[in-house]
Amino acid sequence: MTSVTVYGAPFSPAVSRVLACLYEKDVDFKLAPVDMAKGQHKSPDFLKLQPFGQVPAFQDELATVFESRAICKYICNKYPEKGNQNLIGGRDGGLLARTSVDQWLEAEGQSFNPPSSALVFQLAFAPMFGFKQDPAAIEQNEAKLANVLDVYDRRLGESKFLAGDDFTLADLVHLPNGHILVSKKEDLFLSRKNVGRWWEEISARPSWKKVVEMQNVPQS
Amino acid sequence: MGGVILYGSPISTCSARVLLCLEEVGAEYQLVPISMPTGEHKKPDHLARNPFGQIPALEDGDLVLFESRAISRYVLRKYKESGTDLLKEGNLAKSAMVDVWLEAESQQYNPAISPIVYQSLFVPKMRGGTPDQAIIDASLEKFKKVLEVYEARLSKSKYLAGDFFSFADLSHFPYTKYLMVTPYASVFESYPHVKAWWKDITSRPAFKKVSAGMLGS
Repeated sequence: MTSVTVYGAPFSPAVSRVLACLYEKDVDFKLAPVDMAKGQHKSPDFLKLQPFGQVPAFQDELATVFESRAICKYICNKYPEKGNQNLIGGRDGGLLARTSVDQWLEAEGQSFNPPSSALVFQLAFAPMFGFKQDPAAIEQNEAKLANVLDVYDRRLGESKFLAGDDFTLADLVHLPNGHILVSKKEDLFLSRKNVGRWWEEISARPSWKKVVEMQNVPQS
Repeated sequence: MGGVILYGSPISTCSARVLLCLEEVGAEYQLVPISMPTGEHKKPDHLARNPFGQIPALEDGDLVLFESRAISRYVLRKYKESGTDLLKEGNLAKSAMVDVWLEAESQQYNPAISPIVYQSLFVPKMRGGTPDQAIIDASLEKFKKVLEVYEARLSKSKYLAGDFFSFADLSHFPYTKYLMVTPYASVFESYPHVKAWWKDITSRPAFKKVSAGMLGS
């Protein structure tokens, strides 16, 4: 009997980010659907959970949390002993390990996320929801993302994972957009030797495979 | 002891974020200017500190860090003993709220406000260019929707994360300060609780000090 509820559907990149973290930490949860086609995400009840009217939202006995990266941090902070204990910087690493994770989490949030989310919208969601694609936006964002991945490639030539020797939240946060982009424009990732190596490793994690399975189940 | 070295510029928004934290905790630090107009931020010395070629970067002994929000967290944790606890990491529920509103700043507030500031202030002042009014107008509409959420939050809560001032409030300062220097400052008139919150946080000594080094002061 779990007190943890995640609101949203697995196909949403931000929701899948949280699900990956819950699986890594071995934390039981229930998934509550939010019918976005019917506008449930803008309903007064849902806005109490997530005032921007977006998914995911997260609730347990202690807190209601939104923004997927904040939710992931909360899960790691609340359950330090469960599942992957290195997820926000190894147990013995102290302040320095945590700081490295924070740095690469911000790199994802500020540098990787904007162009990759724009591309995910253009390449996956626009066709899915009947919006017209914008070739200029695709070109500009691909160029921006290529520059970011060049920086990543240099980093991953010196370091096994972004924050250091261990897989951490800093890598995990890239999984949702990475997964969609590798299916649409695999060259971006796989033509860069170190990024390709890193991508193969992080996307092979059992936690992520479980999320992908959930995404592949037709939602009723 | 020597303190830390911040590579950046007092007029840069992201440098200001870190400077505020350094001032709030009373840390000893040195600001080493990196000249963006001469492309210093893209040269090998600085790329070794910040591989994205951006400012700021922080050096503390052998440790080198980039990303202002991560640098800020490091500073706030390192100097926690100073008595200024802006992260509340000892309390799960409070630190969750700090993280939530920090992400709201990163993912909702900043993307809406920064094009307005960039076009109306940085483009003319630092690039001698003409503002793109279409971008400003589109961003203003997005920003108003964000401010509606902030108004509702700040009607129920004195500060963003709760009844305590935190890094979540501080992180909003640099771009908001710059918006206040443009004609678009008037957008806040429609959001009285946001306006009151802004007045409150900018009365802090750290804010006054860092503000004095920024454009438009």
